[in-house]
Amino acid sequence: MKKKYLHNLFLLLVFAFLYLPIIVLVIFSFNSSSLNIVFEQFTFRWYHVLLENRSLLEAFMNTMIVAFTSTIVSTIIGTISAIGIKKYNFIGKEFIQSLLYIPIVIPEIVLGISLLSIYTLFRLDLSLVTLIIAHITFSIPFVIISVRTILDSLPSNLEDASSDLGANKFKTFWYVTLPSIMPGITSGALLAFTLSLDDVIISYFTAGPDSNTLPLKIYSMIKTGITPDVNALSALILVVTIIILMTSTVLQLRKLRKETEL
Amino acid sequence: MKNSNSIFKKITTIPLKFYAGILIFLPLLYIFILSFFRNDYYGGIIPDFTFDNYRMLIDVVYLKVFLQSFLIAFITTFICICISYPFCLIIKTKKETTQKLIMTFVMIPFLTNSLIRTYGWIVLLRKNGVINQFLMGTHLISSPLSLMYNYFGIVIGMVYTLLPFMILPLNSAVSKLDDSLLDASKDLGANRLQTFFKVVVPETLPGLFNGSLMVFIPAIGLFFISDILGGGKLMLLGNLIKNQFLTARNWPFGAAISITLIIITFIFVKLYKKIGGKMDDLGGGL
Repeated sequence: MKKKYLHNLFLLLVFAFLYLPIIVLVIFSFNSSSLNIVFEQFTFRWYHVLLENRSLLEAFMNTMIVAFTSTIVSTIIGTISAIGIKKYNFIGKEFIQSLLYIPIVIPEIVLGISLLSIYTLFRLDLSLVTLIIAHITFSIPFVIISVRTILDSLPSNLEDASSDLGANKFKTFWYVTLPSIMPGITSGALLAFTLSLDDVIISYFTAGPDSNTLPLKIYSMIKTGITPDVNALSALILVVTIIILMTSTVLQLRKLRKETEL
Repeated sequence: MKNSNSIFKKITTIPLKFYAGILIFLPLLYIFILSFFRNDYYGGIIPDFTFDNYRMLIDVVYLKVFLQSFLIAFITTFICICISYPFCLIIKTKKETTQKLIMTFVMIPFLTNSLIRTYGWIVLLRKNGVINQFLMGTHLISSPLSLMYNYFGIVIGMVYTLLPFMILPLNSAVSKLDDSLLDASKDLGANRLQTFFKVVVPETLPGLFNGSLMVFIPAIGLFFISDILGGGKLMLLGNLIKNQFLTARNWPFGAAISITLIIITFIFVKLYKKIGGKMDDLGGGL
């Protein structure tokens, strides 16, 4: 019994470690003192300050544009590529497949500077476009892996049956393959989206002066000094992502429970 | 019929070839070539073949950066292992739904922005931060401790950011561990440490190696953690590369450091594959 207490205490400590900085940030974002040291009084002031900050709003819009565009593009390319890899043999397939692991394993900074170098080589000015291309680059491998895992688990005769019944490749893809790999596509897309929202390092090298994202903006704000409006902004971002994540997990768990009941 | 097949093949393979060729292979090839060039005083690149950039890496100043980076990455990995093994072994004893719930709560902070969470540590660790105030308030210490702008702060930040990368692969390895194996070891008279080192570790080695790879390698490059929690005092390889590209504007030298990092990564990946790890499991089985 005592052992169980110790076990639970250990889990509790790990969770305290994981959540403490988040909780502290949220609490201090309501602190009236601008020094960020002692909690004085509850206030919404810093959130008002935020709403009046045009450049932050702009950074927020950029973050969303980049996240949505790169997710859509990388999900489409990732999905069809996963199918191509699964179904066909082509010249250099092995090599291409090993290239796909590179963005996953090498340090992000290396990917960031190599993209920056190639942009400079091609005389592309850094902008939202270069930023989006960079995000697509690091997202595609994750989508491919996620879709391929599901593809591997599908019975191969499913598509044969469809073509035996006279459907061509495209019809088979649209009516048979696509619906059955949907879970892999959604989880790949979700992953691409969160990776894009989270990215600091690669964006740091590939964003232009007019294409600041929120993380980059926060980074420069932290460097110039810690002010409560940074707390408010950070708290806001954290709480919103956590709510989205929790809702999606609850929905998933519910679906799982329903399926097991059936 | 045949025609639709060949069009379908084109559609599913051509974008992939372009992507892998232009956005992965070409940039890396260019960095590789760049690492043998020279820079001029204005940050331009002179295409003279030279090994100087690699020779520069052996300079004491830069060797120190390498050592510092590897030391921090190593300590971070070690601490992550020390937390993750007990963590995974404990939740293995829980009900399946509880296990799922616990893993979800491990994932959630990890999916929120890492920079922002690192920033949260400043509020906690500063001289007049929450932790020091608490310790002074309870009279455990009389003067504030230096918890950041040093190795300690950086390591905390690294462990904090990278811990889930260790827990995830390790947990999937530990949860597949057969309970009867552990029982057998116990029945044969092994104590818990012996069981751990002789049964648990060997059986979960690919998971352990996967986690170590996904913690160690990023720890070398995470420049914003040493910037924020190290106060820019400690130079890590990530910071060095960043400086070469953005401040010092010596791209060839920055490229040489990057190529070195890639080679180190490849060696790790080779080792991982050698002990039976699967490439698709990398990335934490996200």
